[in-house]
Amino acid sequence: MNRKLFQSIREYKRESILAPVFVILEVLMEVLIPLQMAKIIDIGIQGQDLPYIIKMGVILVIMAMIALFFGVKAGNYAAVAAAGYAKNLRHDIFYKIQNFSFKNIDHFSTPSLVTRLTTDITNVQMAYMMSVRMLFRAPVMIILSLIMIFTINVKIALVMLVLIPVLGGILLFIAKKAHPHFVKVFDEYDVLNNSVQENVNAARVVKAYVREDFEIRKFHGISGVVYELFTRAEKIVAWNSPTMQFTLYSVIIVMVLIGGESIVRGRMEVGELTSVIVYALSILMSLMIVTFVFVMIMIAEASTDRILEVLSEVPEMQDPEDAVQSVPDGSIDFEDVDFSYAGEGGALALKKINLHIKSGQTVGIIGGTGSAKTSLVNLIPRLYDVTGGSVKVGGIDVRRYGLEALRDQVSMVLQKNVLFTGSIYENIRWGDESASDEEVQRVCQLAQADGFINEFPEGYHTMIVEGGNNVSGGQKQRLCIARALLKKPKVLILDDSTSAVDTKTDALIRKAFREEIPDTTKIIIAQRVSSVEDADMIIVMEDGKINGIGTSEELLKNNAIYREVYESQVKGGSENE
Amino acid sequence: MNDNKRPTVTKNTLKTAKRLLGYVTRDYKGKFIFVCCCIFMSSIASISVSLSLKFLLDGFIVPLIGHENPDFTELYKALAVLGTIFLLGVIATFCYTRLMVSIGQGVLKTIRDEMFEHMQKLPIRYFDQNTNGSIMSLYTNDTDTLRQMINQSIPQVLMSSLTIIVTFIAMVMLSPLLTVLAVIMIILMLIVTRKIGGNSGRYFVRQQKDLANVTGFVEEHMSGQRVIKIFNHEKVAEEEFDRLNEKLFDSAANANTYASIMGPVVGNIGNMLFVLTAVLGGYLSVAGIGGITLGVMASYLQFTKSFTQPFMQVAQQFNSIIMALAGAERIFNMMDEEPEVDDGYVTLVNARKDENGQITECRERTGVWAWKHPHQDGTVTYTELKGDVRFYDMSFGYTPEKTVLHDLTLYAKPGQKLAFVGSTGAGKTTITNLINRFYDVQDGKIRYDGININKIKKADLRRSLGIVLQDTHLFTGTIMDNIRYGKLDATDEEIYAAARLAHADQFIRMLPDGYQTMLTSDGEELSQGQRQLLAIARAAVADPPVLILDEATSSIDTRTESIVQKGMDNLMKGRTVFVIAHRLSTIRNSDAIMVLDHGRIVERGSHDELIKEHGIYYQLYTGKLELD
Repeated sequence: MNRKLFQSIREYKRESILAPVFVILEVLMEVLIPLQMAKIIDIGIQGQDLPYIIKMGVILVIMAMIALFFGVKAGNYAAVAAAGYAKNLRHDIFYKIQNFSFKNIDHFSTPSLVTRLTTDITNVQMAYMMSVRMLFRAPVMIILSLIMIFTINVKIALVMLVLIPVLGGILLFIAKKAHPHFVKVFDEYDVLNNSVQENVNAARVVKAYVREDFEIRKFHGISGVVYELFTRAEKIVAWNSPTMQFTLYSVIIVMVLIGGESIVRGRMEVGELTSVIVYALSILMSLMIVTFVFVMIMIAEASTDRILEVLSEVPEMQDPEDAVQSVPDGSIDFEDVDFSYAGEGGALALKKINLHIKSGQTVGIIGGTGSAKTSLVNLIPRLYDVTGGSVKVGGIDVRRYGLEALRDQVSMVLQKNVLFTGSIYENIRWGDESASDEEVQRVCQLAQADGFINEFPEGYHTMIVEGGNNVSGGQKQRLCIARALLKKPKVLILDDSTSAVDTKTDALIRKAFREEIPDTTKIIIAQRVSSVEDADMIIVMEDGKINGIGTSEELLKNNAIYREVYESQVKGGSENE
Repeated sequence: MNDNKRPTVTKNTLKTAKRLLGYVTRDYKGKFIFVCCCIFMSSIASISVSLSLKFLLDGFIVPLIGHENPDFTELYKALAVLGTIFLLGVIATFCYTRLMVSIGQGVLKTIRDEMFEHMQKLPIRYFDQNTNGSIMSLYTNDTDTLRQMINQSIPQVLMSSLTIIVTFIAMVMLSPLLTVLAVIMIILMLIVTRKIGGNSGRYFVRQQKDLANVTGFVEEHMSGQRVIKIFNHEKVAEEEFDRLNEKLFDSAANANTYASIMGPVVGNIGNMLFVLTAVLGGYLSVAGIGGITLGVMASYLQFTKSFTQPFMQVAQQFNSIIMALAGAERIFNMMDEEPEVDDGYVTLVNARKDENGQITECRERTGVWAWKHPHQDGTVTYTELKGDVRFYDMSFGYTPEKTVLHDLTLYAKPGQKLAFVGSTGAGKTTITNLINRFYDVQDGKIRYDGININKIKKADLRRSLGIVLQDTHLFTGTIMDNIRYGKLDATDEEIYAAARLAHADQFIRMLPDGYQTMLTSDGEELSQGQRQLLAIARAAVADPPVLILDEATSSIDTRTESIVQKGMDNLMKGRTVFVIAHRLSTIRNSDAIMVLDHGRIVERGSHDELIKEHGIYYQLYTGKLELD
């Protein structure tokens, strides 16, 4: 594992250290107890010495109590250490992601981040718990047992000494051989799950195109590969048990041979031979466990790699030194702005944009799918950094602001917007935690949401479900606008945020903007001409460039694209939709 | 399962176990019997270790003590016998571990395949009623625990149980009196393991729940991450996350603590058992009661020692077996879901039409289709597919309590473009669900070219209808593969043509790998509008006789939409098209527009007629009403 990962242990260092300590103590007792048992058999029972049996028995019971205490402690510390470590890792990843810029977020898909925060961490947690317990237990067990055998019979001990590395080597070899197969299995497993996921999500498409058999054939192919890979990997691991047993049985026969002779020659007690065999057994068991833990760690390695990918991602955007903390006004200037999602040298999404918006103006942006309307406004709250030129808000380059200050003053309603689980009050208060009920209601009135909210049986306390799927598209959009308004921003950006709202309500929202927040700069991206028609300035975007700027009247005269869109929508003398 | 439940054995659990075993015995009867024999042999070998030791010592080593020239021949002979048993044991272990891999993985593959095949046969209702997450979890969590159970738990439990039984028999034979003591201790062990196991199980259940909460929270916040950033909401999200994370830590720490103290507890109860037996046995043998001799005592104590190990293993596996069986039960429940019924017998065939209008069936694609209608007397008639769809007094509800559509009567003549307008929940999408029989009409009927659609084979009915849905779904694969989904044997040229028609060609060519661009996780890398264009191209390549567009262009800008529409109009010339749209510009040029309200058609007519009517459509069109 990586040092970076160990940094997340933090306050669970104590448990992480105490767990192995108690494991070692427990092992110590486990080695001593058979010795005590041997004494009871050899001296007590053989000698028919009842008081001795009782005396030793009492000691053994006390030892068992102590062993129990150590065992419970060890188990508890290991569990807490592992669960705590997992908690901290989850915490670190989640916090890290909160620091991500949009560009960082684009690097990872949502499901992959979710997997990292859940399944991958669970794998690491299991591996960590096993490591803390077993990786100390096994070697200590081996060493102590070996010492005990040495004190009883050197010859047998030497045999064991040779055997341990040989067997360990074989077991490790098996684990190493199996590992790449397991990696492949888990990759293929992802493919399988992905295929199921797609079929569940797209059940309607599969049925509509009558592709059930096609999908079943595809699935059989994948599940066949999983079967092949899994059996191959597991058949390698299946060598483990017979190898172990073979060694174990050989050891016993050899020991009886060597030990038998020693006993006959009077160099060894009968009880001692029994003990030696017990110790040999625990050595072999420990070896088995070590390889098992190694396999687990190897499997968890894929998970740790994925976790590290997130943890070592460098947050691409940071607050500058001496960050400006307040935005003087809502003016916006684009000066020779180039922008590419891939950074320097990438294909340009925006080319040489020059644009000046005065504080308090209403600006409409119109253009086809892929004309970079969203890319343009994304630069204003610095969701992405420009590749060339500069964007200024209130006359100051956006890169000089503290990010939080800038985004508090530049409020944006995203095209693909989401509400979160919680009441309407809670959702709107995202804009301002400390807003009073009256303030929340006021922004909802501005966004024309107050009416339908009051029609809900529970009004503002209505619970929104995940993703906001229990309100209609138009209602969701208005709630999102209200949420953005609550920030009392200097700049408000609506990225196609009223598309599901009818034109009348849309007009009311714009009227409220005009009358209630006249000083806020309003930028409205829309597909509907009526949404931008009365703006102070309309920008027509085409292929990442500004194709035309002006009022609706001016553009109708001199801009072909605008005229075409206008005519296709406003034909017949009345508004569309 | 609620908070305080722990995994328990019920009647169903046993039924599930039996059914699971059924898979093994059905496909692997011979192998499985062989495996059982091997496990038996393997256990005999491992039990011999403790049984034989005393026997060897007493019989062949101790008598030789003190001899000048001890003769070890007898010992060697005995060891050779033991060695043979051991060797057989090793071979048996080798055989059964390898065979268990094939059997285990084979059964899993069968279950997975059957599960998937059955899922494909389930009606859409199943997908609507179960969350995607819960269906997915059948394939991931439930199958995974099943895998672990088959691979690890079952052989281990079999082996341990055998060891326990054999050891127990040996103990009873040695001294029934002392065995009474052992039985008492076993009962004590059972009680303790049940207690600990119960606690552990309870916390494991709680851990699953807390984990689900964290996962839910993470899923919601990862997909809303951009909104969080815009609202500077990171701190609040972090606090809430910490709270859930802490709860998960608590249950995970507890669950694993109980699971890991099981070993030391059972082990040390075993140690106490040893002491008790020694003291009692010592007393009895000194007092000479019950015929307990020294040798008996010594062997007996050996057994007591080797008794606890397998016991511990069974106790540890118990929870995971119960959990796995609970998972298996969920899997079987899905496999027992009623599949989609299809009593249809009218099929769709390619056809040729001669001058007299006579229709003959043919193999190749002609652009003419016919319904092949076999009759009871063995004759077959052909009806040309025209795309004439009629609804008669149709009523429908997803649940008996709530009717969504009321007495709907409408018709679409061949070549007509029919549009549905209405608010969310007015029943627009339900109509399409009924036409292609995702759901079946309860009252009234739908006739397709004069044939009751219940008589048409579902696959053929759906093949005759091209559908572009509101939620676009793309599959992992290249863009080419995704468009080809509409017609598996389409040539590359046909695909390019379809893409051009859907106005998708342009953006596809802009992508670094063009048509070979790989799409993953539902085409996340494309914009919503681009995904819709691909879905339209997919429908276009299928070149269907009837087309249903359900909000198919909602994320495409109006200019592109009008281009796409022209292309589609060309393709569908003379064929029937159903359009559902929110945006009225999408449907303006339809032949007939149906305005739906609460499952009833409240207005119908062409755009111009409806505008003249000054009704709801007029209000919608002029923006006086909102469509929600």
